[in-house]
Amino acid sequence: MSNEQIKNLEEIFEARIARDEKIEPKDWMPEKYRKTHIRQMSQHAHSEIVGMLPEGNWISRAPSLRRKAALLAKVQDEAGHGLYLYSACETLGISRDELYEQLHSGKAKYSSIFNYPTVTWADMGAIGWLVDGAAIINQVPLCNTSFGPYARAMVRVCKEESFHQRQGFEIMHKLCNGTPEQKDMAQDALNRWWWPSLMMLGPTDAESIHTEQSMKWKLKRKSNDELRQQFIDQTVPQADVLGLTIPDKDLKWNEEKGSYDFGEIDWDEFWQVVKGHGPSNKKRMKARVGAWEEGAWVRDAAMAHAEKKEANKLKKAI
Amino acid sequence: MSKNWPLWEIFVRSKNGLEHRHFGSLHAADAEMALENARDVYTRRSEGVSIWVVESVNITASNPEHNGELFEPAHDKVYRHPTFYELPDEVKHM
Repeated sequence: MSNEQIKNLEEIFEARIARDEKIEPKDWMPEKYRKTHIRQMSQHAHSEIVGMLPEGNWISRAPSLRRKAALLAKVQDEAGHGLYLYSACETLGISRDELYEQLHSGKAKYSSIFNYPTVTWADMGAIGWLVDGAAIINQVPLCNTSFGPYARAMVRVCKEESFHQRQGFEIMHKLCNGTPEQKDMAQDALNRWWWPSLMMLGPTDAESIHTEQSMKWKLKRKSNDELRQQFIDQTVPQADVLGLTIPDKDLKWNEEKGSYDFGEIDWDEFWQVVKGHGPSNKKRMKARVGAWEEGAWVRDAAMAHAEKKEANKLKKAI
Repeated sequence: MSKNWPLWEIFVRSKNGLEHRHFGSLHAADAEMALENARDVYTRRSEGVSIWVVESVNITASNPEHNGELFEPAHDKVYRHPTFYELPDEVKHM
């Protein structure tokens, strides 16, 4: 195809998206659209999969059967979300094995938030409340994104996500109305998860290199800073209900703009964690790669069994 | 060298009276495992009463580049729609 023809196709393509038409896997698309979507969707899928690890840590130690059943269901949902997103990503012509390879080799990223350790039970509350809360803010606009398989996967994800946040808040609420030690535990979890949750919504607009293109393709509807402000404004009153203090001395209601002012985010910490130097990066990757390698014989055995069954069926037919 | 599990397309009937609808896809070693995995991946909240699984390689899809010759012939056949026909105002129930 000549450059001229490609340029024409690109114009038609951009116009379709501007008209709110959806793009489906077999439609013509610019190479950059395909690559950007593979990057973002796989990053999203990897985050769901790695996100199971910090919470998996507490399944065997949940304080009651009710909490355990809920946490198990939540972690199972994360696996499901990862699977929806991987298969949506595969419609763009990349295989599941390539996607795993990118995660395991460190070429692909996942959300920085999962590189923090979960040291007490209250962390299960804080993650559900704050991390899933921030994720919902990020994800709801994606239900309308331009790539059909991604939008459809996100509709399912968002439907399931709200239980996650509520179960987290309930854990916090229970702890905050328990003994003083329990309340301290909740405050400690908030102290540790607050700033990483704000960072999770991505670098400031000035530093965010993909924003403009992503807005055009409806991969993004609001900028990182807008999403962060929305998250803070909706979360602070929830902390008040819990009777907890947000660990930010500069946090203050700004009557004029109708939202909260907040303190400086430590972006050095964010970039350190993204680059692999967070408290748990190595541990997470070791667990993930280990699970994949140790499960290889199971996958091979299942495939061999399926082939044998198929061969027997054929033999009988002859 | 290990062989990858093939890809399956999953169709779910959400309740009797409705058709099976495409829900997504997943990898499984065989049809039986695809059914079991589909149960866990796509019906964790009672979203279905029946599941079909079809290996993705068995699906033949039309090519969007041929949409013109495939679908355009229908565009100029407005006489296939009831609104094409003119009726006097006093005719009811038609």
